[in-house]
Amino acid sequence: MDLAIQVKNLVSHYGERVILKDISLDVPRGEILVIMGGSGSGKSTFLRSLLGLKKATSGKVNLLGKDIMQLNELEMHDMRKNMGVAFQGGALFNSLTVGENVRLPLREHTDLDESTINIMSRMKLEVVNLSGFEDLKPAELSGGMIKRAALARAIVMDPKLLFFDEPSAGLDPVASVELDELIITLRDAMQMTIVVVTHELESAYKIADKITVLDQGEILMTGTVEEVKNSKNKRIQSLLHRQARHDDVDADEYISRLTRTST
Amino acid sequence: MISVTRSIETIGRKTVSSIEECGYIAALFIESFYWLIFGSKRHQAVRLSAIVNEARQIGVDAVGISAVLCFAIGVMLAIQGIETLKTFGAQSQVILGIALSVTREFSPLIIGILVAGRSGSSIAARIGTMNESQEIDALQVMGINPVRFIAAPIFIAMLIMLPLLIILGDFMGLLGGAVYSYIELNISFSAYAQRSLEILTINDLSQGLIKSFVFANIIALVSLSNGFQVKGGAEGVGHATTRAVVMSISYIVIADMIFTYFLNR
Repeated sequence: MDLAIQVKNLVSHYGERVILKDISLDVPRGEILVIMGGSGSGKSTFLRSLLGLKKATSGKVNLLGKDIMQLNELEMHDMRKNMGVAFQGGALFNSLTVGENVRLPLREHTDLDESTINIMSRMKLEVVNLSGFEDLKPAELSGGMIKRAALARAIVMDPKLLFFDEPSAGLDPVASVELDELIITLRDAMQMTIVVVTHELESAYKIADKITVLDQGEILMTGTVEEVKNSKNKRIQSLLHRQARHDDVDADEYISRLTRTST
Repeated sequence: MISVTRSIETIGRKTVSSIEECGYIAALFIESFYWLIFGSKRHQAVRLSAIVNEARQIGVDAVGISAVLCFAIGVMLAIQGIETLKTFGAQSQVILGIALSVTREFSPLIIGILVAGRSGSSIAARIGTMNESQEIDALQVMGINPVRFIAAPIFIAMLIMLPLLIILGDFMGLLGGAVYSYIELNISFSAYAQRSLEILTINDLSQGLIKSFVFANIIALVSLSNGFQVKGGAEGVGHATTRAVVMSISYIVIADMIFTYFLNR
Protein backbone atom coordinates (compact mmCIF):
# COMPACT_ATOMS: atom_id res chain seq x y z
CA MET A 1 0.00 0.00 0.00
CA ASP A 2 1.31 3.46 -0.91
CA LEU A 3 1.34 5.30 2.39
CA ALA A 4 1.42 9.08 2.59
CA ILE A 5 1.66 9.15 6.37
CA GLN A 6 2.99 6.47 8.66
CA VAL A 7 3.23 6.96 12.41
CA LYS A 8 4.92 4.32 14.55
CA ASN A 9 4.87 4.11 18.34
CA LEU A 10 4.73 7.85 18.83
CA VAL A 11 5.12 8.99 22.43
CA SER A 12 4.97 12.65 23.40
CA HIS A 13 5.24 14.54 26.68
CA TYR A 14 4.69 18.06 27.92
CA GLY A 15 7.16 18.26 30.78
CA GLU A 16 6.55 15.09 32.70
CA ARG A 17 2.94 14.68 31.55
CA VAL A 18 2.40 12.01 28.92
CA ILE A 19 0.20 13.38 26.13
CA LEU A 20 0.50 10.69 23.46
CA LYS A 21 0.97 7.05 24.43
CA ASP A 22 2.37 4.81 21.73
CA ILE A 23 0.37 6.03 18.74
CA SER A 24 0.62 4.10 15.46
CA LEU A 25 -1.27 5.02 12.34
CA ASP A 26 -1.16 4.61 8.53
CA VAL A 27 -2.78 6.92 5.99
CA PRO A 28 -2.76 5.76 2.34
CA ARG A 29 -2.27 8.36 -0.39
CA GLY A 30 -5.41 10.16 -1.54
CA GLU A 31 -7.36 9.36 1.61
CA ILE A 32 -9.12 11.69 4.04
CA LEU A 33 -8.37 10.76 7.63
CA VAL A 34 -10.39 12.41 10.35
CA ILE A 35 -8.88 12.48 13.82
CA MET A 36 -11.62 12.76 16.41
CA GLY A 37 -11.48 13.12 20.12
CA GLY A 38 -12.71 15.25 22.97
CA SER A 39 -10.85 18.11 24.60
CA GLY A 40 -7.59 16.95 26.10
CA SER A 41 -7.52 13.78 24.02
CA GLY A 42 -4.14 14.73 22.56
CA LYS A 43 -5.34 15.45 19.03
CA SER A 44 -3.76 18.91 18.85
CA THR A 45 -0.43 17.55 20.11
CA PHE A 46 -0.71 14.72 17.60
CA LEU A 47 -1.26 17.22 14.80
CA ARG A 48 1.71 19.33 15.96
CA SER A 49 3.86 16.18 15.95
CA LEU A 50 2.74 15.35 12.41
CA LEU A 51 3.62 18.90 11.33
CA GLY A 52 7.07 18.70 12.90
CA LEU A 53 6.22 21.56 15.27
CA LYS A 54 6.62 19.40 18.36
CA LYS A 55 9.46 16.97 18.91
CA ALA A 56 8.14 13.63 20.03
CA THR A 57 9.79 11.79 22.91
CA SER A 58 10.09 8.63 20.85
CA GLY A 59 8.61 6.95 17.80
CA LYS A 60 8.60 7.69 14.08
CA VAL A 61 6.62 10.02 11.85
CA ASN A 62 7.04 9.21 8.16
CA LEU A 63 5.61 11.71 5.71
CA LEU A 64 5.75 10.78 2.01
CA GLY A 65 8.19 8.00 2.88
CA LYS A 66 10.61 10.13 4.91
CA ASP A 67 11.09 10.10 8.66
CA ILE A 68 10.69 13.78 9.54
CA MET A 69 12.60 13.38 12.78
CA GLN A 70 15.70 12.34 10.84
CA LEU A 71 15.52 15.08 8.22
CA ASN A 72 17.99 17.94 8.39
CA GLU A 73 16.78 21.50 8.12
CA LEU A 74 17.16 21.72 4.35
CA GLU A 75 15.37 18.42 3.76
CA MET A 76 12.57 19.48 6.12
CA HIS A 77 12.35 22.75 4.21
CA ASP A 78 11.76 20.80 1.00
CA MET A 79 9.28 18.53 2.76
CA ARG A 80 7.28 21.54 3.90
CA LYS A 81 6.69 22.57 0.29
CA ASN A 82 4.63 19.37 0.01
CA MET A 83 2.60 20.15 3.11
CA GLY A 84 -0.28 22.55 3.46
CA VAL A 85 -1.77 23.47 6.83
CA ALA A 86 -4.96 25.33 7.62
CA PHE A 87 -4.97 26.27 11.29
CA GLN A 88 -8.04 26.49 13.46
CA GLY A 89 -8.08 30.27 13.67
CA GLY A 90 -6.76 30.65 10.12
CA ALA A 91 -3.39 32.07 11.26
CA LEU A 92 -3.49 34.53 8.38
CA PHE A 93 -0.99 37.35 8.67
CA ASN A 94 -3.01 40.32 9.82
CA SER A 95 -0.66 42.86 8.31
CA LEU A 96 -1.09 41.36 4.82
CA THR A 97 -4.15 41.29 2.59
CA VAL A 98 -5.88 38.02 1.75
CA GLY A 99 -4.17 38.01 -1.66
CA GLU A 100 -0.73 38.68 -0.15
CA ASN A 101 -1.30 35.89 2.36
CA VAL A 102 -2.12 33.41 -0.39
CA ARG A 103 0.79 34.59 -2.57
CA LEU A 104 3.33 34.38 0.28
CA PRO A 105 4.35 30.69 -0.13
CA LEU A 106 4.75 31.19 -3.90
CA ARG A 107 6.87 34.30 -3.37
CA GLU A 108 9.08 32.59 -0.82
CA HIS A 109 9.51 29.22 -2.48
CA THR A 110 9.38 29.84 -6.22
CA ASP A 111 11.04 32.08 -8.79
CA LEU A 112 7.78 32.66 -10.65
CA ASP A 113 7.14 36.12 -12.02
CA GLU A 114 4.61 38.38 -10.38
CA SER A 115 1.84 37.89 -12.95
CA THR A 116 2.06 34.07 -12.73
CA ILE A 117 1.98 34.28 -8.94
CA ASN A 118 -1.10 36.50 -9.15
CA ILE A 119 -2.88 34.13 -11.52
CA MET A 120 -2.07 31.08 -9.39
CA SER A 121 -3.20 32.72 -6.17
CA ARG A 122 -6.43 33.93 -7.81
CA MET A 123 -7.11 30.41 -9.06
CA LYS A 124 -6.89 29.11 -5.51
CA LEU A 125 -9.10 31.93 -4.24
CA GLU A 126 -11.61 30.91 -6.91
CA VAL A 127 -11.48 27.33 -5.63
CA VAL A 128 -12.46 28.48 -2.15
CA ASN A 129 -15.05 30.99 -3.45
CA LEU A 130 -13.16 34.06 -2.33
CA SER A 131 -12.49 35.74 -5.66
CA GLY A 132 -12.85 39.49 -5.33
CA PHE A 133 -11.78 39.49 -1.67
CA GLU A 134 -8.04 39.49 -2.25
CA ASP A 135 -7.53 43.13 -1.33
CA LEU A 136 -9.24 42.83 2.04
CA LYS A 137 -7.36 42.38 5.29
CA PRO A 138 -8.13 39.27 7.41
CA ALA A 139 -9.80 41.48 10.05
CA GLU A 140 -12.44 42.42 7.45
CA LEU A 141 -13.46 38.79 6.79
CA SER A 142 -16.03 36.58 8.50
CA GLY A 143 -15.01 33.39 10.35
CA GLY A 144 -15.92 31.15 7.42
CA MET A 145 -14.08 33.36 4.94
CA ILE A 146 -10.94 33.34 7.12
CA LYS A 147 -10.99 29.52 7.15
CA ARG A 148 -11.41 29.43 3.38
CA ALA A 149 -8.63 31.98 2.87
CA ALA A 150 -6.38 29.89 5.12
CA LEU A 151 -7.27 26.86 3.00
CA ALA A 152 -6.41 28.77 -0.18
CA ARG A 153 -3.00 29.62 1.29
CA ALA A 154 -2.51 26.00 2.38
CA ILE A 155 -3.16 24.62 -1.11
CA VAL A 156 -1.47 27.33 -3.18
CA MET A 157 1.69 25.22 -3.62
CA ASP A 158 -0.43 22.18 -4.61
CA PRO A 159 0.79 20.16 -1.65
CA LYS A 160 0.55 16.40 -1.49
CA LEU A 161 -0.45 16.52 2.18
CA LEU A 162 -3.08 18.81 3.62
CA PHE A 163 -3.71 19.21 7.34
CA PHE A 164 -6.83 20.93 8.56
CA ASP A 165 -7.37 21.79 12.21
CA GLU A 166 -11.03 22.08 13.23
CA PRO A 167 -12.51 23.27 9.92
CA SER A 168 -16.06 23.50 11.27
CA ALA A 169 -15.35 25.07 14.65
CA GLY A 170 -17.20 28.33 15.07
CA LEU A 171 -18.93 28.20 11.70
CA ASP A 172 -22.63 28.24 10.92
CA PRO A 173 -24.03 24.96 9.49
CA VAL A 174 -24.10 26.21 5.88
CA ALA A 175 -20.50 27.47 5.94
CA SER A 176 -19.46 24.25 7.62
CA VAL A 177 -21.08 22.09 4.91
CA GLU A 178 -19.48 24.21 2.20
CA LEU A 179 -16.06 23.69 3.73
CA ASP A 180 -16.66 19.93 3.99
CA GLU A 181 -17.55 19.78 0.32
CA LEU A 182 -14.45 21.77 -0.51
CA ILE A 183 -12.27 19.25 1.34
CA ILE A 184 -13.83 16.37 -0.61
CA THR A 185 -13.33 18.27 -3.87
CA LEU A 186 -9.65 18.80 -3.06
CA ARG A 187 -9.10 15.10 -2.51
CA ASP A 188 -10.95 14.16 -5.70
CA ALA A 189 -9.56 16.88 -7.95
CA MET A 190 -5.99 17.14 -6.65
CA GLN A 191 -5.47 13.68 -5.13
CA MET A 192 -4.34 15.20 -1.87
CA THR A 193 -3.97 13.16 1.28
CA ILE A 194 -5.90 15.08 3.88
CA VAL A 195 -5.81 14.90 7.66
CA VAL A 196 -8.64 16.71 9.41
CA VAL A 197 -8.77 17.18 13.16
CA THR A 198 -12.29 17.77 14.37
CA HIS A 199 -14.82 16.98 17.03
CA GLU A 200 -17.80 17.77 14.80
CA LEU A 201 -19.49 14.43 14.17
CA GLU A 202 -21.56 15.40 11.14
CA SER A 203 -18.56 16.86 9.40
CA ALA A 204 -16.45 13.78 10.22
CA TYR A 205 -19.09 11.37 8.91
CA LYS A 206 -19.42 13.31 5.71
CA ILE A 207 -15.79 13.69 4.69
CA ALA A 208 -13.89 10.80 6.27
CA ASP A 209 -12.54 7.78 4.44
CA LYS A 210 -11.23 6.66 7.81
CA ILE A 211 -11.76 7.96 11.30
CA THR A 212 -9.24 7.68 14.12
CA VAL A 213 -10.66 8.15 17.58
CA LEU A 214 -8.21 9.49 20.15
CA ASP A 215 -8.88 9.46 23.86
CA GLN A 216 -6.50 10.35 26.67
CA GLY A 217 -3.51 10.05 24.37
CA GLU A 218 -4.43 6.65 22.96
CA ILE A 219 -6.02 5.54 19.71
CA LEU A 220 -9.24 3.79 20.59
CA MET A 221 -9.82 2.70 17.01
CA THR A 222 -9.20 3.54 13.37
CA GLY A 223 -11.84 2.51 10.88
CA THR A 224 -14.39 3.55 8.32
CA VAL A 225 -17.36 5.69 9.34
CA GLU A 226 -19.56 2.60 9.62
CA GLU A 227 -17.01 0.71 11.69
CA VAL A 228 -16.69 3.60 14.11
CA LYS A 229 -20.45 4.04 14.35
CA ASN A 230 -20.89 0.34 15.10
CA SER A 231 -18.08 0.16 17.62
CA LYS A 232 -19.01 -1.36 20.95
CA ASN A 233 -16.30 0.62 22.77
CA LYS A 234 -17.95 2.58 25.59
CA ARG A 235 -15.72 5.64 25.26
CA ILE A 236 -16.33 5.83 21.50
CA GLN A 237 -20.04 5.50 22.01
CA SER A 238 -20.10 8.24 24.64
CA LEU A 239 -18.13 10.49 22.25
CA LEU A 240 -20.48 9.74 19.34
CA HIS A 241 -23.63 10.14 21.39
CA ARG A 242 -22.41 13.15 23.31
CA GLN A 243 -22.75 11.48 26.68
CA ALA A 244 -20.94 12.73 29.72
CA ARG A 245 -18.13 10.53 30.96
CA HIS A 246 -18.88 8.75 34.20
CA ASP A 247 -15.48 7.44 35.12
CA ASP A 248 -15.17 5.44 38.31
CA VAL A 249 -13.79 7.58 41.08
CA ASP A 250 -10.94 6.32 43.19
CA ALA A 251 -11.91 7.52 46.69
CA ASP A 252 -8.35 7.74 48.03
CA GLU A 253 -7.08 9.62 45.02
CA TYR A 254 -10.08 11.96 45.19
CA ILE A 255 -9.38 12.80 48.85
CA SER A 256 -5.68 13.32 48.17
CA ARG A 257 -6.50 15.70 45.28
CA LEU A 258 -8.74 17.76 47.56
CA THR A 259 -6.34 17.93 50.46
CA ARG A 260 -2.99 18.35 48.71
CA THR A 261 -1.04 21.51 49.36
CA SER A 262 -0.26 23.56 46.32
CA THR A 263 3.35 23.52 45.19
CA MET B 1 12.21 25.28 56.97
CA ILE B 2 9.83 24.84 54.06
CA SER B 3 9.93 28.58 53.31
CA VAL B 4 13.77 28.49 53.17
CA THR B 5 13.67 25.56 50.75
CA ARG B 6 11.09 27.38 48.65
CA SER B 7 13.19 30.55 48.55
CA ILE B 8 16.23 28.56 47.41
CA GLU B 9 14.09 26.80 44.82
CA THR B 10 12.73 30.13 43.55
CA ILE B 11 16.25 31.58 43.29
CA GLY B 12 17.39 28.44 41.48
CA ARG B 13 14.49 28.55 39.02
CA LYS B 14 15.01 32.25 38.32
CA THR B 15 18.73 31.73 37.76
CA VAL B 16 18.06 28.89 35.32
CA SER B 17 15.41 30.90 33.45
CA SER B 18 17.76 33.93 33.26
CA ILE B 19 20.55 31.78 31.82
CA GLU B 20 18.03 30.23 29.41
CA GLU B 21 16.94 33.70 28.29
CA CYS B 22 20.56 34.80 27.75
CA GLY B 23 21.08 31.69 25.61
CA TYR B 24 17.91 32.42 23.66
CA ILE B 25 18.99 36.02 23.01
CA ALA B 26 22.46 34.89 21.91
CA ALA B 27 20.93 32.31 19.55
CA LEU B 28 18.60 34.95 18.14
CA PHE B 29 21.54 37.28 17.51
CA ILE B 30 23.62 34.61 15.76
CA GLU B 31 20.69 33.24 13.76
CA SER B 32 19.65 36.70 12.50
CA PHE B 33 23.12 37.31 11.08
CA TYR B 34 23.34 33.77 9.79
CA TRP B 35 20.20 34.28 7.68
CA LEU B 36 21.40 37.67 6.53
CA ILE B 37 24.69 36.23 5.25
CA PHE B 38 23.75 32.70 4.17
CA GLY B 39 20.00 33.10 3.59
CA SER B 40 20.23 33.48 -0.18
CA LYS B 41 22.34 30.31 -0.45
CA ARG B 42 19.59 28.42 1.34
CA HIS B 43 16.82 29.91 -0.83
CA GLN B 44 15.67 32.01 2.11
CA ALA B 45 17.13 35.44 1.54
CA VAL B 46 16.34 38.27 3.93
CA ARG B 47 14.16 40.51 1.76
CA LEU B 48 15.26 44.09 1.17
CA SER B 49 11.60 45.14 1.02
CA ALA B 50 11.07 43.78 4.55
CA ILE B 51 14.12 45.70 5.84
CA VAL B 52 12.90 48.90 4.16
CA ASN B 53 9.44 48.44 5.66
CA GLU B 54 10.86 47.95 9.15
CA ALA B 55 13.26 50.85 8.68
CA ARG B 56 10.31 53.06 7.80
CA GLN B 57 8.44 52.05 10.95
CA ILE B 58 11.43 52.24 13.29
CA GLY B 59 13.20 55.24 11.79
CA VAL B 60 11.29 57.38 9.33
CA ASP B 61 8.07 57.39 11.35
CA ALA B 62 10.06 58.46 14.43
CA VAL B 63 11.81 61.40 12.77
CA GLY B 64 9.28 64.01 13.94
CA ILE B 65 9.13 63.04 17.58
CA SER B 66 12.92 62.47 17.74
CA ALA B 67 13.55 65.95 16.32
CA VAL B 68 11.14 67.61 18.77
CA LEU B 69 12.52 65.80 21.82
CA CYS B 70 16.17 66.47 20.98
CA PHE B 71 15.41 70.10 20.16
CA ALA B 72 13.73 70.42 23.57
CA ILE B 73 16.72 68.79 25.26
CA GLY B 74 19.01 71.29 23.53
CA VAL B 75 16.88 74.20 24.77
CA MET B 76 16.77 72.78 28.30
CA LEU B 77 20.53 72.34 28.40
CA ALA B 78 20.96 75.92 27.21
CA ILE B 79 18.61 77.24 29.90
CA GLN B 80 20.30 75.28 32.69
CA GLY B 81 23.79 75.96 31.32
CA ILE B 82 23.31 79.69 31.02
CA GLU B 83 21.77 79.88 34.50
CA THR B 84 24.66 77.95 36.04
CA LEU B 85 27.43 79.68 34.12
CA LYS B 86 26.02 83.09 34.98
CA THR B 87 27.49 82.58 38.45
CA PHE B 88 30.95 82.64 36.90
CA GLY B 89 30.11 85.16 34.23
CA ALA B 90 30.94 82.57 31.60
CA GLN B 91 27.58 82.21 29.81
CA SER B 92 29.19 81.97 26.39
CA GLN B 93 30.81 78.71 27.46
CA VAL B 94 27.36 77.16 27.30
CA ILE B 95 28.11 76.16 23.70
CA LEU B 96 30.82 73.82 24.93
CA GLY B 97 28.53 72.14 27.44
CA ILE B 98 25.72 71.70 24.95
CA ALA B 99 27.94 70.42 22.15
CA LEU B 100 29.59 67.75 24.27
CA SER B 101 26.62 66.63 26.32
CA VAL B 102 24.23 66.44 23.36
CA THR B 103 26.51 64.43 21.08
CA ARG B 104 28.05 62.19 23.72
CA GLU B 105 25.13 61.64 26.01
CA PHE B 106 21.72 63.13 25.57
CA SER B 107 21.01 62.43 21.93
CA PRO B 108 21.92 58.70 22.11
CA LEU B 109 20.13 58.25 25.42
CA ILE B 110 16.92 60.08 24.51
CA ILE B 111 16.70 58.45 21.07
CA GLY B 112 17.48 55.04 22.61
CA ILE B 113 14.73 55.42 25.20
CA LEU B 114 12.30 56.79 22.60
CA VAL B 115 12.89 53.91 20.16
CA ALA B 116 12.72 51.35 22.99
CA GLY B 117 9.36 52.74 24.05
CA ARG B 118 8.01 53.24 20.57
CA SER B 119 9.37 50.39 18.46
CA GLY B 120 10.38 47.96 21.23
CA SER B 121 6.83 47.75 22.53
CA SER B 122 5.35 47.47 19.06
CA ILE B 123 7.79 44.70 18.04
CA ALA B 124 7.13 42.67 21.20
CA ALA B 125 3.35 43.12 20.89
CA ARG B 126 3.30 42.34 17.18
CA ILE B 127 5.37 39.17 17.44
CA GLY B 128 3.60 38.12 20.64
CA THR B 129 0.22 38.40 18.94
CA MET B 130 1.53 36.50 15.92
CA ASN B 131 2.73 33.80 18.27
CA GLU B 132 -0.61 33.55 20.02
CA SER B 133 -2.62 33.45 16.78
CA GLN B 134 -0.37 30.66 15.42
CA GLU B 135 1.06 32.92 12.70
CA ILE B 136 4.60 31.89 13.74
CA ASP B 137 3.55 28.22 13.49
CA ALA B 138 2.05 28.99 10.08
CA LEU B 139 5.38 30.43 8.92
CA GLN B 140 7.22 27.36 10.14
CA VAL B 141 4.91 24.89 8.42
CA MET B 142 5.17 26.92 5.23
CA GLY B 143 8.93 26.39 5.40
CA ILE B 144 9.59 30.06 6.13
CA ASN B 145 12.03 30.53 8.98
CA PRO B 146 10.47 33.05 11.43
CA VAL B 147 13.86 34.47 12.44
CA ARG B 148 14.76 35.09 8.81
CA PHE B 149 11.32 36.43 7.91
CA ILE B 150 10.55 38.57 10.98
CA ALA B 151 13.58 38.99 13.24
CA ALA B 152 16.44 39.61 10.79
CA PRO B 153 14.77 42.56 8.97
CA ILE B 154 13.92 44.20 12.32
CA PHE B 155 17.48 43.68 13.50
CA ILE B 156 19.08 45.18 10.40
CA ALA B 157 16.62 48.07 10.25
CA MET B 158 17.31 48.87 13.90
CA LEU B 159 21.09 48.82 13.34
CA ILE B 160 20.73 51.23 10.41
CA MET B 161 18.05 53.57 11.70
CA LEU B 162 19.12 54.15 15.30
CA PRO B 163 22.50 55.73 14.36
CA LEU B 164 20.74 57.87 11.75
CA LEU B 165 18.17 59.04 14.29
CA ILE B 166 20.98 59.84 16.72
CA ILE B 167 22.77 61.96 14.09
CA LEU B 168 19.48 63.79 13.57
CA GLY B 169 19.18 64.10 17.36
CA ASP B 170 22.69 65.60 17.56
CA PHE B 171 21.76 68.22 14.98
CA MET B 172 18.41 69.07 16.56
CA GLY B 173 19.91 69.25 20.07
CA LEU B 174 22.56 71.69 18.88
CA LEU B 175 19.89 73.65 17.02
CA GLY B 176 17.80 73.88 20.21
CA GLY B 177 20.83 75.20 22.07
CA ALA B 178 21.57 77.66 19.28
CA VAL B 179 18.01 79.03 19.23
CA TYR B 180 17.94 79.62 22.99
CA SER B 181 21.47 81.07 23.01
CA TYR B 182 20.42 83.49 20.25
CA ILE B 183 17.39 84.61 22.24
CA GLU B 184 19.17 84.83 25.59
CA LEU B 185 22.76 85.76 24.72
CA ASN B 186 22.29 87.06 21.20
CA ILE B 187 24.87 84.61 19.84
CA SER B 188 24.33 84.38 16.07
CA PHE B 189 23.64 80.98 14.47
CA SER B 190 26.80 81.15 12.38
CA ALA B 191 28.96 81.95 15.41
CA TYR B 192 27.27 79.18 17.39
CA ALA B 193 27.80 76.69 14.55
CA GLN B 194 31.41 77.70 14.09
CA ARG B 195 32.17 77.43 17.81
CA SER B 196 30.41 74.03 17.98
CA LEU B 197 32.43 72.71 15.03
CA GLU B 198 35.66 73.90 16.70
CA ILE B 199 34.75 72.06 19.91
CA LEU B 200 33.44 68.83 18.48
CA THR B 201 35.86 66.11 17.46
CA ILE B 202 35.28 62.85 15.65
CA ASN B 203 35.64 61.17 19.03
CA ASP B 204 32.61 63.02 20.43
CA LEU B 205 30.39 61.98 17.54
CA SER B 206 31.72 58.43 17.45
CA GLN B 207 30.94 58.01 21.15
CA GLY B 208 27.29 58.58 20.33
CA LEU B 209 27.43 56.28 17.34
CA ILE B 210 29.14 53.43 19.22
CA LYS B 211 26.40 53.70 21.84
CA SER B 212 23.76 53.73 19.11
CA PHE B 213 24.88 50.30 17.82
CA VAL B 214 24.84 48.90 21.35
CA PHE B 215 21.38 50.34 22.03
CA ALA B 216 20.07 49.04 18.68
CA ASN B 217 21.20 45.53 19.62
CA ILE B 218 19.62 45.82 23.06
CA ILE B 219 16.25 47.06 21.78
CA ALA B 220 16.04 44.55 18.93
CA LEU B 221 17.12 41.49 20.93
CA VAL B 222 15.09 42.25 24.05
CA SER B 223 11.91 43.05 22.11
CA LEU B 224 12.23 40.11 19.73
CA SER B 225 12.99 37.58 22.43
CA ASN B 226 10.10 38.80 24.58
CA GLY B 227 7.76 38.67 21.60
CA PHE B 228 8.77 35.18 20.48
CA GLN B 229 8.45 33.78 24.00
CA VAL B 230 4.93 35.05 24.69
CA LYS B 231 2.68 32.60 26.47
CA GLY B 232 -0.74 33.05 28.02
CA GLY B 233 -2.94 34.93 25.54
CA ALA B 234 -3.70 38.64 25.74
CA GLU B 235 -2.28 38.94 29.25
CA GLY B 236 0.94 37.33 28.07
CA VAL B 237 1.23 39.79 25.19
CA GLY B 238 0.68 42.73 27.57
CA HIS B 239 3.25 41.37 30.00
CA ALA B 240 5.83 40.79 27.24
CA THR B 241 5.31 44.31 25.89
CA THR B 242 5.81 45.93 29.28
CA ARG B 243 8.79 43.68 30.00
CA ALA B 244 10.38 44.49 26.64
CA VAL B 245 10.17 48.24 27.25
CA VAL B 246 11.28 48.17 30.88
CA MET B 247 14.17 45.78 30.16
CA SER B 248 15.31 47.69 27.07
CA ILE B 249 15.34 51.04 28.87
CA SER B 250 17.08 49.59 31.94
CA TYR B 251 19.76 47.89 29.83
CA ILE B 252 20.21 51.05 27.76
CA VAL B 253 20.80 53.22 30.83
CA ILE B 254 23.20 50.68 32.38
CA ALA B 255 25.05 50.14 29.09
CA ASP B 256 25.26 53.91 28.66
CA MET B 257 26.89 54.28 32.05
CA ILE B 258 29.41 51.51 31.31
CA PHE B 259 30.29 52.86 27.86
CA THR B 260 30.53 56.43 29.06
CA TYR B 261 32.99 55.29 31.73
CA PHE B 262 35.21 53.38 29.32
CA LEU B 263 34.99 55.82 26.41
CA ASN B 264 36.07 58.72 28.58
CA ARG B 265 39.07 57.16 30.29
